[in-house]
Amino acid sequence: MDMQVPKKKLGLKERYTLMTRDLAWDTTYQPKEKVYPYADYEGIRIHDWDKWEDPFRLTMDAYWKYQAEKERKLYAIIDAYSQSNGHLGVTDARYLNAIKIFLTAVTPLEHMAHRGFAHAGRAFPGAGARVACQMQAIDEMRHAQTQIHSLSNYNKYYNGFHDFTHMYDRVWYLSVPKSFFDDAITAGPFEFMVAVGFSFEYVLTNLLFVPFVSGAAYNGDMGTMTFGFSAQSDEARHMTLGLECIKFILEQDPANLPIVQRWIDKWCWRGVRLLSIVAMMMDYMLPKRVMSWKEAWEIYFEENGGALFKDLARYGIKMPACAEQIRLEKDHLSHQVWATFYNYGGATDFHTWMPTEDEMQWLSQKYPDTFDTYYRPRFEFWREQQEKGNRFYNQTLPMLCQTCQIPMLFTEPGDPTKICYRERTYKGNKYHFCSDHCQHIFDNEPEKYVQAWLPVNQIYQGNCFPEGTDPSAPGFDPLAAVLEYYRLNIGRDNGEFEGSEDHRNFEAWRGMAKRND
Amino acid sequence: MSRVFIALQTNDDTRPIIESILADNPHAVPVESPAMIKIDAEGHLTVKRESISELIGRDFDLQELHTHLISLSGHIDESDDEFTLYWDN
Repeated sequence: MDMQVPKKKLGLKERYTLMTRDLAWDTTYQPKEKVYPYADYEGIRIHDWDKWEDPFRLTMDAYWKYQAEKERKLYAIIDAYSQSNGHLGVTDARYLNAIKIFLTAVTPLEHMAHRGFAHAGRAFPGAGARVACQMQAIDEMRHAQTQIHSLSNYNKYYNGFHDFTHMYDRVWYLSVPKSFFDDAITAGPFEFMVAVGFSFEYVLTNLLFVPFVSGAAYNGDMGTMTFGFSAQSDEARHMTLGLECIKFILEQDPANLPIVQRWIDKWCWRGVRLLSIVAMMMDYMLPKRVMSWKEAWEIYFEENGGALFKDLARYGIKMPACAEQIRLEKDHLSHQVWATFYNYGGATDFHTWMPTEDEMQWLSQKYPDTFDTYYRPRFEFWREQQEKGNRFYNQTLPMLCQTCQIPMLFTEPGDPTKICYRERTYKGNKYHFCSDHCQHIFDNEPEKYVQAWLPVNQIYQGNCFPEGTDPSAPGFDPLAAVLEYYRLNIGRDNGEFEGSEDHRNFEAWRGMAKRND
Repeated sequence: MSRVFIALQTNDDTRPIIESILADNPHAVPVESPAMIKIDAEGHLTVKRESISELIGRDFDLQELHTHLISLSGHIDESDDEFTLYWDN
């Protein structure tokens, strides 16, 4: 980029003030409470919005300039990648299954984040916060669009990419990300900021957008690398906004501390549970690996998150109580989640497989205390069974956690041989949880979580069949009806990778790419 | 002292940026990964407009960093001449 920088008459700080705060005005013919009806009900006390500092002093004109530059670079790369059959350059077609998860589980969240920040920006009475939320709302829309545009290239050649918006609202495992964001955007604007702006953006997005996206580059996926880094460059601004927002709320009134701490505890745990799928994508779905989930976790959560919470200690904020359980889970998470998806590989929109011997060795080396003891024997057994023609598919639907909606797959903290179950009775009904932390979240807001739309429960109630289905018809196959409702092609979009249409096509096309026949 | 970091894409535009960050912050440690670099630094890290401008032979606007930035950590202090990341602990 060869930009000429004109001489500026005003300093950055003055320009920022003129182009944000000075554009705001106070209402005169309607009282403030009526214009900002959501500003008070969460109990957060703000005395002086002028104390809000936006550390990135990006004015709207500069914002458009740099975002336009990012877009030009991004679309040039996406075009070049698809024009040159870039998809045939990825390590192998297993990799694309991680990208299917990205499109169905992450991209719709970007769109929800767009809606959430637009709403929060409208709800905050302070001009600094409004401008920052406005930029972030536009960023999030951009992320959704660039991801859809980048990944649509794969939809021309591979299965499972065809109907992500339909699936997001229906497919069982996608209720995990969907319920996370539905929970956040139905909270008040301050909780939304702590949930998404702080807990998710600052503490957790690095794990997806930095090591996983670097992994995409390592696996030859130029499209994902480009939209991923381009999105994370906005995230750097978002993280800073999240941190600023927390500091601002805490400095405004000491009464805000317990409310904020409860939100941090809740949303760090909600975020950690949400990211368990990323653990699996990193350890099992990237044919070439940059680092293990555990290593990424240590860099971006333990070190970086640790520094952050140490810094917030001056306000009285403590590391969330769930940190200890998270530390115990890092050696187990990716293996337990992959085992579950392998089990339910007949009901997903992507393929699963057992790792090769080389890959198992890598896993043993990265997880010396757990992989060989707890997971390798199970995986070798499944591989043997598959070689004998008994590829295992679980036909029974799992029990789900009422809060995070993940199947009960996590083990007791400290005992990896025992599945962790918790339950609560509320107004005569029984509710189940994967952990103490999910149960505490429910206990704090039971009226919210009893409304959860749990896919398994909905299937058993007959709400997940195509219209006009008669479940009492002879020979009725409930699983086939559910997959039809999801708009999944059984065996083509899912099931075993080995021998799948994607696998065969990729091998054939890559062969053709090297020959003239 | 906690560490701050800045992560940048590795491309032709960022080569002089990375070079000047490492020169201006002798305590910084570069960690390379595919397509990116993460620069860790104990306590604080400063990106200086003047150093980059000198290397590229034209005026550099620190906000051009946004185009290549992947991620960062720490509090930010930004002026026309310097962009600093720091922790107070």
